[in-house]
Formats: sequence, structure tokens, C-alpha cells
Amino acid sequence: MKKLKLIANTLRQDIIRMISEAESGHPAGALGMADIFAALYFKVLNQNPKNPTWPDRDKLVLSNGHICAVRYAAMARTGYFPVNELKTFRKINSKIQGHPSYVDMPSLESSSGSLGHGLSIAVGMTLAEKLDKKKNFVFCVISDGDLNEGSTWEAVNAANKYCLDNLIVIVDRNYIQISGNTEKIWPLKPLDKKFKSYNWQTIKINGNNIKQILEALSKAKKANKPVVIIAKTTPGKGVSYMENNYKWHGKPPNKEQAEKALKELMKEYRKIKNG
Amino acid sequence: MDEKKATRQAYGEALAELGKDKNIVVLSADLTDSTKTNLFADKFPDRFFQCGVAEQNMVGMAAGLALSGKTPFISTFAAFVPNRTLDQIRISVCYNNANVKFGITHAGLSVGKDGATHQALEDIAIMRSLPNMRVVVPCDYEETKKAVKESAKIKGPIYLRLGRSKTPMITDKKSFFKIGKANILKKGSDVTIIACGIMVHKALTAAEELSKQGIKAEVINAHTIKPLDKKIIIDSAKKTSAIVTAEEHQANGGLGSAISELLAKKHPTPIEFVAVNDSFGESGMAEELLKKYHLTKKDIILAAKKVFKRKS
Repeated sequence: MKKLKLIANTLRQDIIRMISEAESGHPAGALGMADIFAALYFKVLNQNPKNPTWPDRDKLVLSNGHICAVRYAAMARTGYFPVNELKTFRKINSKIQGHPSYVDMPSLESSSGSLGHGLSIAVGMTLAEKLDKKKNFVFCVISDGDLNEGSTWEAVNAANKYCLDNLIVIVDRNYIQISGNTEKIWPLKPLDKKFKSYNWQTIKINGNNIKQILEALSKAKKANKPVVIIAKTTPGKGVSYMENNYKWHGKPPNKEQAEKALKELMKEYRKIKNG
Repeated sequence: MDEKKATRQAYGEALAELGKDKNIVVLSADLTDSTKTNLFADKFPDRFFQCGVAEQNMVGMAAGLALSGKTPFISTFAAFVPNRTLDQIRISVCYNNANVKFGITHAGLSVGKDGATHQALEDIAIMRSLPNMRVVVPCDYEETKKAVKESAKIKGPIYLRLGRSKTPMITDKKSFFKIGKANILKKGSDVTIIACGIMVHKALTAAEELSKQGIKAEVINAHTIKPLDKKIIIDSAKKTSAIVTAEEHQANGGLGSAISELLAKKHPTPIEFVAVNDSFGESGMAEELLKKYHLTKKDIILAAKKVFKRKS
């Protein structure tokens, strides 16, 4: 548990460095999802970074591609590519594009960036696994913004129709999108009831609590129908001036702000280590 | 040449034959009988996915299936895919270079009585603008069968544009067909008529009439609009110095545009376009509509004479 907390903190530091170096990117969602990505890449996903297209791997589709900094950091830290390459984020000729690019890095499973695509792709992948009688899981991370899109709800119904019990969806429910609070812009409440009405199993957790994340993922694997983990996360988690402020959805910190953020995160790292 | 069969029928039959390959899966957005995907569904129900009237999800699901090693064919009317699902086609399919085949029927005015909402006239323009996408418009039943089977062997997205109506059989089982290679159906030296889909038959009958009037027309079946067979087209343009293009599509962005882009660069040649002129269709019988919107043998003849006169 402590190890995963330290990893999540490291991912947050990577995110700040990447986005600040790129002078563009989406810090709030990426920071908010660091605990979940630490849990996925360092504990839950059955993957092999040295053989990323191994056919029996668990698959992860990131539908809200704009938070890819957290995924790149987690992948670099698990050995998919050198940590040093994180510096190339959003720069010319980089394989870690501003939004995920499958052809540049097949271990991403799919490109994404326009919201509302990922869940349909994950449904298709899960159907393929079922046709091949495989036992691996397909995970799909989606955001509040993805749930604005009608196409996501088409996919929710498809997963129910085909009883996709090896599909696990994680909603980054951080209540912000680029123009403000989600419930003002495009209300999603009551989100769990909406999923339940499509015959999904729902699990609600604090998405910044490693213990709850691991318990939920373990429970989700045992479900006999599609399952959604509605993870309430704090956007900008770990950086005081970014937390719960929608203005940091898609804005990079400047040099001084990045230094302040890193100072806070390093202090937190020591606290976890000594705690 | 008297027998008529619909290209969508050939599509359904070819899919049912392809189905012995366990990697082939078929997705339909409710319109299963209309797209003839029922022929596959009846034989291989486990590999047929009924996606309902939810086309965006269908395209995404197909991308996911393709990224996991399957070869999905997806089907609905051309009025709905590409138009409604362009974002999914662009990113989930083309940017991923996912191996998705679009077997899309009911293209063009010849849909008939359903009217303008259901008469896709922009789909070629949309699809050919997308990186990694190939665009194929077969001219008849046999050619469709070959196109479906060949497309299953090619990796990457392919758009097969098919029709609703029964149309004349021009080719037979033995006729040469290869995606990316145009066919010269009739040799001539005065003017070249380049057509695709249902306009190929009209181009051939126009060429017969023209020859009676002393104009020797070459007829090229450009079933593959992307990638275009550059050599055959440039060579013919050099020979005849006058081109007519004919398609059941808007003039903006379709076959005529593709030919113009090529020739403007490689061998500037006068061109006349037989196509829909920036308008929607309407209800009516297929042949009535083709007449009203100037997509007939007569229109090709007029265009050929016009471009013939423009030769300096």
C-alpha cells in the first residue's frame, strides 16, 4: 500500500515535469488519476512491458486521452519505455503524443482524444476476447466528459446486451470539465443509477484511496456482468493550488508554479515514506 | 448484359462465403436484411453482432474487434455511415489504421423513393479525405463479390460503396479485378470516359452511341477511387486529351475531383463532370431521379461532345 502511494506520488511529479516542460497539457485529470494508474500498472494489470502485445495480456483503453500524461508516466515507470523519454511529451517526432497515438505506440491499445470513443472500442475488444474464449480483462477509463457523449451510452447498452463480464470500466468522476463544474455544464447525476438502469454492476469509491481502489478492482473482476467503478477523484490532487479548480483542466503550470507543485509533492513523498 | 442484380446482394453472398474464416465478423446497425448481412448472420450467428440503430458505437466496436485481430465488416446505409460516424471513422478506425471493412449499401440517388435524407451523395468525398482509407465503388454484382473477398485480404480500412437497386451485369467471374487497378473496358482515342459504380454501364452505352456518331470513346472503370490507378488515367489522358468523369455522387470531392487533382499535376487535360451539382436528391424512381439530376447515358454523351470540342 505504501509502495503504491509512493509510486502515485512519483507519477504526479512526472506529470508536473512533463506538462511544464511541454508548456501544454492537462494536469488536473492526470494528477487526480495517479492513484488509480499506480494501482493498475503496478498491481492489477496482467501485462508484460517487455512483450507489450502478448496476446493474453489485460488490455487498458484510455478513453479520455487528454489525461495521457499519467499513463505515459506509469508506463515509463513500469519499463515500457525509458523514463527519460517522458521529456519528449507533446514534442515533434515523439511517440508520446499530446493525445495517445496507437500507431506510434501499440501498447496504448488504441488512439484516443475525441471523447466518447473508448468504451465502444473496449466493448469490441471484449467481444473479440470472448470469441477467442480468453479469460483476460479489458479495462476502460472514461471521464465525466466521455459521459456527455451519446456514443458512450450506446456502448453502455452494447456491453449489457453482450453480457460483457470481463469488461471493467473506471469513471474518473472528478466533477470538472474544461468550462466548469460538470453538473452545471451537463448534469450526470445520479450516475450510478443510470448505469444500474442499463443492468451494470456499480461500485462507488474514493478514487484517491489506494485501499478502496484495489478492493474495487478485485471485486470487479469477480462480477458476472459489466461493472463500472465510479471513482470520485480530486482533480489536481497533490498540488494545493490546482485541487478542485477546473481552470487547471487544460492549462500547464509555468516554471514557478511547477516548482511549487514539485516542492509540495516531494514533501508529501517524504511524509508517506516516513509515515 | 440483360440480367440485373444488386451489388448489395453480391455483398451478402460474398460475406456468407468468407465466413468460413473464423476471423471474419459482421456488424449491422439494424438494417440487416436491407444490407444483405442476414446471409452471413444466418450461417454464422456467433460472429454476427446486431448493433441496433447506434452507428457510432458500431464503428467503435468494429475498431476494437479489429485491434484485437478480427476482420470486421460493418454495414448500414451510406446516409448514416460515414456521415453520422465520421469522428469514429477518423480516429478509432483510420488513425488506428484498424482493419475495418465498410460494406455500405444504398449509396446515391438510385435509392429512389426514400428521398434526399437517404440518398448519400457525399460519402466518397468524405472517405477519400481520410488517411489510411481506401475507397472502392464496384460497378456490378460480380465485381462486388471480388471486391469484398479481396478487401478481406488487405490490412487496413476499406470503404466499399454499394447500391440498393438491381443494376446491369457488366463483368463476369473471369474479368480482371484488383483493388487499386482501373480497368479499360473499351479502347478509344478521341475522349476518355472514367466512371465508377452504376455509371460504368451508362458510360459503355454512351461510348457505343458516340462511336456511331464518329467519336471513339475510351471507357475506364475506376472502381478504386483511392488509391487511384494513376498510370492508366494519365496514359489515357495523354492519348485522348479529353476526359469525362461520371459518378452517382456530388461533383464536389468525388471521382471527378480525384481525377482532376491527378491530371492538374501530371497532365493538365480538359474535363467535364457528370455528377450531382451541389444539390440534394428527392423521392422518385431511380431512373427518373438519374434523369432529373443528369446522370444518364445522354448526359455522358453531351459531356463527351463538349469536352471533345474543348480540345485545342
